[in-house]
Amino acid sequence: MADPQLNLSEPLGEKHSTTCYMCACRCGINVYLKPGENGEKSVRYIEGNRDHPVNQGVLCAKGSAGIMQHYSPARLNAPMKRVGPRGSGEFEEITWEEALTMATDILEPLKEDPKKLAFFTGRDQSQSLTSWWAQQFGTPNYAAHGGFCSVNMAAAGIYTIGGAFWEFGSPDWERTKLFVMFGVAEDHDSNPIKMGIGKLKKNGGRFVSVNPVRTGYSAVADNWLGVRPGTDGLLILSVIHELFRMQKIDLDYLLRYSNAPFLVIDAPGTADHGLIARDKNGVELVWDAKKKKAVPQTTKGVVPHLSSEVTLPKKVKAKPVLMMMAEEYSKPEYAPEAVAGETGIAAETIRGLAAEIAKVAFEEEITIEQEWTDMKGEKHDRFIGRPVSFHAMRGISAHSNGFQTCRALHVLQVLIGSVDCPGGFRSKPSYPKPYTAHPKPHATQHDGAKNGPLAGPHLGYPHGPEDLLLCGEGKPLRIDKAFTWDAPLSAHGMMHMVIANAHAGDPYKIDTLFMYMANMAWNSSMNTRGVIDMLTDKDEDGNYVIPNIIYSDAYRSETVAYADLILPDTTYLERHDCISLLDRPCSEPEAVVDSIRWPVVEPNREVRGFQSVVLDLGARLGLPGMVNEDGTAKYKDYADYMVNHERKPGIGPLAGYRGKDGSKSGRGEPNPDQLERYKENGSFSMTHLPDEALFFKHANKAYQDFAVDMGFFDAPAPVTFNLYSEVMQKFRLAAQGHGDVQPPDRLRDRLELTFNPLPTWYAPFEEERLGDRTDKEFPYHALTQRPAAMYHSWGSQNAWLRQIHTKNPLYVPGAICDEKGLKDGDWAWVSSWHGKIKVEIARMEAVNDKTMWTWNAIGKRRGAWELDKDAPEATKGFLLNHLINELLPPKGDGYRWANSDPVTGQAAWYDLRVNIEKAEADDEVTLPILGEQKRDKAPKEEIRYGLEWTK
Amino acid sequence: MHPALSVIAFTTFSGAGYGLAFVLALGHGNSAALSTKIGWFVVLAMIGGGLLSSTLHLGNPQRAWRAFSQWRSSWLSREGVMAILTFIPLTLLAAMSILADSFNLVLGYIGAIMCMITVYCTAMIYASLRTIPQWHTKWTPACYIAFSVTSGTLIYMAFFGREAGSASNNAWVYLSVVFLVVAWLIKYCWSKNALAAGYGASSMETATGLGNIGKVRLLERPHAMGNYLTDEMAFRVARKHLNKLGWIEVFLGVVLPIVLLLLSLVVGSGLAGFFQVLATISLMAGLFVERWLFFAVAKHAVGLYYGGEEALVPAE
Amino acid sequence: MTTLPASTNKKLGLVIDLDTCVGCHACVINCKEWNTSGYGTALSDQDPYGANPVGSWLNRIHTFEVTPMAHQSKPKGQGVGEVIGTAGEARVVHFPKSCLHCEDAPCVTVCPTGASYKREEDGIVLVDEDKCIGCGLCAWSCAYGAREMDQAEGVMKKCTLCVDRIYNEEMDEIDRQPACVRTCPAGARHFGDFADPNSNVSVLVKERGGFDLMPEQGNKPVNKYLPPRARTDLGEGAAFAAPVDSTEEAGGVLGWIDRALSGSTRSKGAN
Ligand SMILES: Nc1nc2c(c(=O)[nH]1)N[C@H]1C(S)=C(S)[C@@H](COP(=O)(O)OP(=O)(O)OC[C@H]3O[C@@H](n4cnc5c(=O)[nH]c(N)nc54)[C@H](O)[C@@H]3O)O[C@H]1N2
Ligand SMILES: Nc1nc2c(c(=O)[nH]1)N[C@H]1C(S)=C(S)[C@@H](COP(=O)(O)OP(=O)(O)OC[C@H]3O[C@@H](n4cnc5c(=O)[nH]c(N)nc54)[C@H](O)[C@@H]3O)O[C@H]1N2
Ligand code: SF4
Ligand code: SF4
Ligand code: SF4
Ligand code: SF4
Ligand code: SF4
Ligand SMILES: [Mo]
Repeated sequence: MADPQLNLSEPLGEKHSTTCYMCACRCGINVYLKPGENGEKSVRYIEGNRDHPVNQGVLCAKGSAGIMQHYSPARLNAPMKRVGPRGSGEFEEITWEEALTMATDILEPLKEDPKKLAFFTGRDQSQSLTSWWAQQFGTPNYAAHGGFCSVNMAAAGIYTIGGAFWEFGSPDWERTKLFVMFGVAEDHDSNPIKMGIGKLKKNGGRFVSVNPVRTGYSAVADNWLGVRPGTDGLLILSVIHELFRMQKIDLDYLLRYSNAPFLVIDAPGTADHGLIARDKNGVELVWDAKKKKAVPQTTKGVVPHLSSEVTLPKKVKAKPVLMMMAEEYSKPEYAPEAVAGETGIAAETIRGLAAEIAKVAFEEEITIEQEWTDMKGEKHDRFIGRPVSFHAMRGISAHSNGFQTCRALHVLQVLIGSVDCPGGFRSKPSYPKPYTAHPKPHATQHDGAKNGPLAGPHLGYPHGPEDLLLCGEGKPLRIDKAFTWDAPLSAHGMMHMVIANAHAGDPYKIDTLFMYMANMAWNSSMNTRGVIDMLTDKDEDGNYVIPNIIYSDAYRSETVAYADLILPDTTYLERHDCISLLDRPCSEPEAVVDSIRWPVVEPNREVRGFQSVVLDLGARLGLPGMVNEDGTAKYKDYADYMVNHERKPGIGPLAGYRGKDGSKSGRGEPNPDQLERYKENGSFSMTHLPDEALFFKHANKAYQDFAVDMGFFDAPAPVTFNLYSEVMQKFRLAAQGHGDVQPPDRLRDRLELTFNPLPTWYAPFEEERLGDRTDKEFPYHALTQRPAAMYHSWGSQNAWLRQIHTKNPLYVPGAICDEKGLKDGDWAWVSSWHGKIKVEIARMEAVNDKTMWTWNAIGKRRGAWELDKDAPEATKGFLLNHLINELLPPKGDGYRWANSDPVTGQAAWYDLRVNIEKAEADDEVTLPILGEQKRDKAPKEEIRYGLEWTK
Repeated sequence: MHPALSVIAFTTFSGAGYGLAFVLALGHGNSAALSTKIGWFVVLAMIGGGLLSSTLHLGNPQRAWRAFSQWRSSWLSREGVMAILTFIPLTLLAAMSILADSFNLVLGYIGAIMCMITVYCTAMIYASLRTIPQWHTKWTPACYIAFSVTSGTLIYMAFFGREAGSASNNAWVYLSVVFLVVAWLIKYCWSKNALAAGYGASSMETATGLGNIGKVRLLERPHAMGNYLTDEMAFRVARKHLNKLGWIEVFLGVVLPIVLLLLSLVVGSGLAGFFQVLATISLMAGLFVERWLFFAVAKHAVGLYYGGEEALVPAE
Repeated sequence: MTTLPASTNKKLGLVIDLDTCVGCHACVINCKEWNTSGYGTALSDQDPYGANPVGSWLNRIHTFEVTPMAHQSKPKGQGVGEVIGTAGEARVVHFPKSCLHCEDAPCVTVCPTGASYKREEDGIVLVDEDKCIGCGLCAWSCAYGAREMDQAEGVMKKCTLCVDRIYNEEMDEIDRQPACVRTCPAGARHFGDFADPNSNVSVLVKERGGFDLMPEQGNKPVNKYLPPRARTDLGEGAAFAAPVDSTEEAGGVLGWIDRALSGSTRSKGAN
């Protein structure tokens, strides 16, 4: 019998290209729409867009599950007003007009005292709009979620090399031969990292992963270093120790691009101690050994001396930065043997790692024949590359010593000369950008006005204590206390402190908490139960302590239940969005890229894109820039804004297809056809860098000129790599009593310890604060990891993704299991100084022997996300957040010490110390249970998606 | 393997039915006697009912007729075809007995052989599966045939053979005891093999091909909850239940029937029949347990992808 | 038709690289997404938002942990290949699994209805859902767990090797490959014709030592797996790395810096 005849050429339907949104990777997607039986079109298939520079056709699990995300039963249908108590989930649907009037009525009076509004946004990719809105409203209280996410990485990178991993740069995947990754489970650049690992393997390169847990990417690493959490700084400094010892440092590179030769004043006790010596024009001095005198570093032909102490005029002693480093890191305390115990990595392994790095960097050098000119006008025949690349993320940044660890890693890259060279780490334009080219933080109005627009953007990069956001009495200007002595360089704000501070009225009380796309009542907060208590707490008069909460979500998340007014957003296939260079860029090292989303599917509910709503609110409130002279709304909607808004003349949200005819990139007049042009091009624009601009962008003339043309800067902004951070030293000097802006006494010692201008390591605060109790009561570490197939909390409403991670066991090292009599499937109590949870465990061997871990954000509140109240996410899934507090264990000094990095305020999620004991097998339900949220409808019993097309 | 009630019912009942048919078709009974007529009727009901119950677990029973088409390769198809073919002589024999009080030995032999071939085909559905070492042995068809004949014999003896006279009834009792012993010896051999077989030559190491780098264990299931495969094939019963059921199986299936049968020889003729009926019921109950265990102890190779010996027991 | 073709013209199948798979489940979801609206009936999901969500999937990722046995471990203190940190040498391997399109596919021969068949032209094993009675026997016969009964439709589901993509004339040539291969971010999945000794897949198998799953089952799977590649020690062959007895102090380094700079390559303008 012949094989059956099959119809093998079914058409897919209409193809629409847009941008995925399930994570900050922002891949290009093709969405195919096909009519069903009733003629209505629905999504047949979503695939990666091959032409898109980010994902080049591939698509991850979340992106592929877009259909179930888009058609989720947890989607919100219309604006809602709370009718039950906060947390109950009881709402009444209202019209948009009612909702916007309600919001305007709440916000209008706050314009008089704008700080009464706290506007915080979460997983959002439209911060250039939201921050501008908040600036025009005049509140100092704006930030996105970066402060609890990865600001340590971003800030350490910006202050050190003018960029960081993550969105600012990536390994040169095509050429790298050794790739070393610290503390990454998934990351924002997730498809490119996977593609990169694939390429590296194909090219025969080596992949080393430093991570307490060996899953995901680490599972395919050639070498895995199961480091003890919070000790990477020591490990990296030990590698640096070895590089100095082996004399494998790229001196030439350091002389050209870093502050290695700069002279640091050595005058202990004076206000200049530790500052870089400068001439009267402020140019840094270096030592000219021939002339035996200090000369400006810009002097032509000077070969600065690097290795001995010198005396400057007025008998001031000074040392080159590199000499300070050599002295510091040659100390025996950084020797592999000395750090092996603390890090859990054998000395021979650390030596091996350093040797491998040195070997590949210096013996496997690669070159690209391409002429280029540096910023000093010197011409070069080729790009020389050291094919060692690094990548790191929250594993090293989410600790209270994370800033210094991230600094150490960036410094290591500079020492071996692999920043922005072939085979190394490559910046993605508009980066690199020196910290001096970023704005400084702002929290006040122009000329001391009480209200009206802020004088400048909220977030930025302080240069010293004088840039802190403190009022006259030294009190914080911001509700989250960002840019205060508690966290001077909190470049992304401190969203994780907002609810706690607003509840405590410390530093002041607020009226309205306005949030967007952040599940702050659940997985986004430390101490979830505490946060819920704060959100629902009432004062003596029976009013909520935080009076008004307005929230925009697209789904019935936990946080929806705690808000008073809900502004329902669309799904990502139903709205305009803009992935802008003014915001978090999605460029590639060789091209400037930005992209859009547009309504591939029209919403069938009373929902509106939040950005359009925010512009509408802005117009109703008459905020400057959002209204015309006659008081009418300036922008019809977000799409209109994307095309017509200009930050500076010729510079707007989108860089592609500018100018009347769409022929300009970067700078150019608004183009009314811009969005159509984007759509025709797969919803992105791409502007290639000239060939001579591809590497060493920090000091490459062609690149700097290109960047000016594109409008990244108005004048070239080359970067000098800061091995030594003068900014850090300025804060340290203040801690020593120098200068006008002085820290409170309680913080002096801590600033002295943590603001070391050379990368350093100190024990994470939680274990240090617990003292003896650490070893006795909480001997283990507990971590979370992002699952590749789940995006934080919101993947659980996705019928396909939730089948993969329906619940999350705690993975416990075999040795601890044996000691505690635990086996797969047992239940255990896990406790920290702050709390206790009951969870199901699973045994694992390929993990650091002191570390247990689980998947992040699988646990759900009962009834949330339109899941059945008995859904395993709610009965067996759990949050580690219950064990983590936003504050450190009390010290008895009456102060609330944040569980954060002392430099940036980054939440120290991974400092957590725990103990574990077997629990009686009773009902096998996780504890605590935090109430139940009302559901909208009964869950579907079955899905047969696509049935209509398969008959 | 997950024991499906419909399949257990099917194999035990149709097995017993074919066993009874085998006895009757060999010329035992008396075609004119009512009990023999009923016997034939019961035969048809048992194998027909068994067959019907076997379609209960089908996803699309309305297409069951298609199952007769692939007799060249498929034991399931062969079994279906044989079952239908066997109906021909058996229905004829039944009709002859019920309508014409007659019997034909040639047809009987043909029917008897076809009965055993059908039972063999049923057994081969299981025995042919390389994925399940407990089943993939010649002891499987041997067991099926032995239990078919034994249960048929006991049913015949207890319900339909009485008219042949008490002397010969004693002979049937002895024969039953012998069959019971032989069948359970075969079953013992099967069990011994089954217990030792594990996953056969397969292991988590061969399943993954990772044996050359170490010992393999499951860290995470592909999907957190159960699925068709874990429900159907990675099904596991706790060992203590297995042991308990093993004892029940032996007690009901062989110890009690033999005791009752031997007792039936010594008690008065009035009670003998009662004891024989009890013995038969006990055997059938034992066989039900036996068949349940036949599934429950079977280890499917797929289990190796879900944890092997450590398999995370019944999917939640 | 249940009998297997004596030989097939092509042997289409997948190579899965266990050295590269990071276990991201992209292929799993994309497979579901493609196939639920593609060949055969929808891939249903039961209790999708409830206490016991289950569904039909044609491809799943298992995660195994592999711990070297005594004879496989490196002696302590030798090299720094796998022996890392305090956690020993255990490692995690992500393991994607779909139908292997076996040459001696028992799932085909056991099928009583002829619904299961192996295509003569390319070796793809398919289920003709209009014929399938949902007896489940083919799933029992498959050692790899590659077949799943759809609970809503009562028919057997399995990987089709995306037969409705690889020959789909509505698609660009370059996209005529299985959904899971096209979507895999790490490039751990490869599609091709094993009958052609020069095809991409045949070459990979040869070069990387591709192997069969459970060869002892005698199914002759077409799909092959590539083993995790051999690990080598960090810093191997770096002579300069030899540890010194007494840790050299900064002085040594500074001397080196001095010497290095006096002969500086800087003026030559290397980079
Ligand atoms: N699929 C998916 N992708 C996502 C997200 C998601 O939810 N799902 N979330 C996005 C967001 S918001 C973020 S911030 C990024 C974060 O991306 P990642 O930085 O990859 O975030 P984590 O999952 O927190 O992974 C941290 C890793 O660090 C390890 N680790 C913990 N402590 C230490 C340590 O002290 N040292 C070292 N070396 N390692 C350590 C953990 O084991 C874990 O593997 O991912 C983004 N991408
Ligand atoms: N234990 C532990 N906790 C952590 C972390 C950790 O590693 N471990 N990581 C922390 C980090 S880095 C981060 S970034 C946070 C992330 O935590 P969140 O930022 O809270 O992330 P999600 O859980 O994804 O919640 C985002 C909210 O946005 C909503 N949303 C989704 N799509 C849309 C949309 O299109 N429009 C609107 N308006 N809303 C939408 C979702 O429904 C959800 O309520 O978690 C933090 N919490
Ligand atoms: S990595 Fe995945 S979720 Fe993130 S944007 Fe890309 S496809 Fe979407
Ligand atoms: S998509 Fe690729 S890397 Fe991800 S699980 Fe599948 S095979 Fe592995
Ligand atoms: S893997 Fe299983 S379903 Fe696929 S051909 Fe082989 S035996 Fe059949
Ligand atoms: S379930 Fe369908 S395909 Fe499988 S053996 Fe039965 S009839 Fe054949
Ligand atoms: S080939 Fe197609 S059907 Fe098979 S696993 Fe891959 S995507 Fe699924
Ligand atoms: Mo994050």
